[in-house]
Amino acid sequence: MKIIVCVKQVPDTSGKVAVNPDGTLNRASMATITNPDDLNAVEAALTLKEQTGAEVVVVSMGPPPAEGMLRELMARGADRAVLVSGREFGGSDTYATSQILAAAINKIGLEDEDIVLCGRQAIDGDTAQVGPQIAEKLGLPQVSYAAEIVKDGKTLTVKRMLEDGYMTVKVSTPCLLTCIKELNEPRYMSVSGIFECYSKPYEVYDYETLKDDPLIDATTIGLKGSPTNIFKSFTPPQKGAGMMMEGADKATCEQLAGLLAAKHLI
Amino acid sequence: MSNFNSAAIEEFNGGVWVFCEQRQGEMMSTSYELISEGRKLADELGSKLYGILLGDKVEGLARELGGYGADGVYVCESPLLKNYTTDAYTKVICDVVEQYKPEVMLIGATNIGRDLGPRCAARLHTGLCADCTHLDIDVPKYKEFLRSSSTLAPNMIDNIKEDDRNLKMTRPAFGGHLMATIICPRFRPAMATVRPGVMKKNEFDKARADACEIIKPLFTLSADDMKTEVTEVVKAAKKLVDLIGAEVVVSVGRGISKDVQTGLKLAEELAEVLGGVVGASRAVVDSGWISADHQVGQTGKTVHPRIYVALGISGAIQHKAGMQDAECIIAVNKNAAAPIFECADYGIEGDLFKVVPMMIEAIKAAKAAK
Repeated sequence: MKIIVCVKQVPDTSGKVAVNPDGTLNRASMATITNPDDLNAVEAALTLKEQTGAEVVVVSMGPPPAEGMLRELMARGADRAVLVSGREFGGSDTYATSQILAAAINKIGLEDEDIVLCGRQAIDGDTAQVGPQIAEKLGLPQVSYAAEIVKDGKTLTVKRMLEDGYMTVKVSTPCLLTCIKELNEPRYMSVSGIFECYSKPYEVYDYETLKDDPLIDATTIGLKGSPTNIFKSFTPPQKGAGMMMEGADKATCEQLAGLLAAKHLI
Repeated sequence: MSNFNSAAIEEFNGGVWVFCEQRQGEMMSTSYELISEGRKLADELGSKLYGILLGDKVEGLARELGGYGADGVYVCESPLLKNYTTDAYTKVICDVVEQYKPEVMLIGATNIGRDLGPRCAARLHTGLCADCTHLDIDVPKYKEFLRSSSTLAPNMIDNIKEDDRNLKMTRPAFGGHLMATIICPRFRPAMATVRPGVMKKNEFDKARADACEIIKPLFTLSADDMKTEVTEVVKAAKKLVDLIGAEVVVSVGRGISKDVQTGLKLAEELAEVLGGVVGASRAVVDSGWISADHQVGQTGKTVHPRIYVALGISGAIQHKAGMQDAECIIAVNKNAAAPIFECADYGIEGDLFKVVPMMIEAIKAAKAAK
């Protein structure tokens, strides 16, 4: 049994974000992190590994420096890592990305008892689309927004969150789940894990590796194969600051109430 | 699927479609928002607007959609569609899309819409833009939008060619630091999930509702098509806070940490005096001090109240993304350098535990004096 976890290295948007004058992101100036929801997916895989002895494979599409992130995830307990990397894959939107990742998962080999896990969404694009689109490309059933996963043989019982409650969904392997932060608390790297992470299997799949998969076609991958294009990107204007009030006492509050009343806001 | 070709874009003249989500036989309010927005797009395209409604015995919900602007509603009913499942809903929607070929398809960016949209787009081989906050067809209108909502230089806006007829789907990225407008030029339908609470609902028009056409399209669905089984649907026990529709939102941030109970109580009292509800920053929700339905921001809800009070919220861009369109923003924070003051109409540098009780009294007095 294998658990394949799709992960993404993302710019840390919670810190300083630099934008170029042309409205594109200055990625070089930003720190990169493992996408937070993906860490919950890795943790879920490691928990299932403890219960079942499954092999945990982490797979990411990105530039060569993403190796660092994959080594780190092996230091947390993943058994092997695959980086999908190639010029031909650049500029892919979610549709094209899912084609490529699905082909990589085919190459890793998806068997009857296997599970694919993804984070719900990445903090750079916030699309939440790649997980479901991989499931479609692989013909797998999907359950998104997983907040609890219980495995009993080939059946998974998943608590799937809704805005106003939840659903309990039963699904059989092979299947794909997308994970949210309520699912678990990701563990840290262990000291022995850090020692071992450079001796664990690490592979790079490039275009040559994947090109025989029917999903890999010049018309469905990369910038040219992406159904969506960016028409414009821009930064929103910052709303100008209003007035900073004098003091923070009773008079200040009375003045504020007066201003709100004058504007008919209260 | 064999004859369907999403790249034959000239064949897609079936109008603008809105997936109208219902849960347990109750229409989600975002469906009305999307119908209203879809009306605008259909008018710009000179085409018709249709809802597509799936469920078990849901036809009774269809006509009301007409009142917000739908010319017709495709109603697909089956006991197998009672609860949302990815497999059944994707199958039926793709079946019907193949037959009627809509040009545009909008889906609410709910936890269900964001499961359904990507699966349908992948099966239909078309583009999908996630969590949109603004939509245009006409370029002159899009330019107007850019002039008011972007920092692009005027010549960069003027240079946009006016003949583009693609759906222009604008959404925040990188936690709201950037906005991107996406198009899907080579495939149809152009698909978008749209953030709930952002598009404005039209006035309900009874005559339009009465005139709304109900269409029962053909589709096939059997239990074999479904690989997942929903064994229960549980609604949250407590009533969820209606942040999106609230006129006043009083939100708390990490600033309440030194006495969480008192901080929340003060926010509730202030919200009550102002006639509003309590919201929270992500930090407060992540700390487990309040439930997630209170969260305002990029990963929470987008609110447009008349008054937004930010108590002890530093104002990360992800939070601002969810509240900066409020009519009047009041911020109380101990730190004069907190970014929240950059978007506040009225800022008070002070301790919320001291300021809020005085604020409550002052507002009570001002209301009594009216």
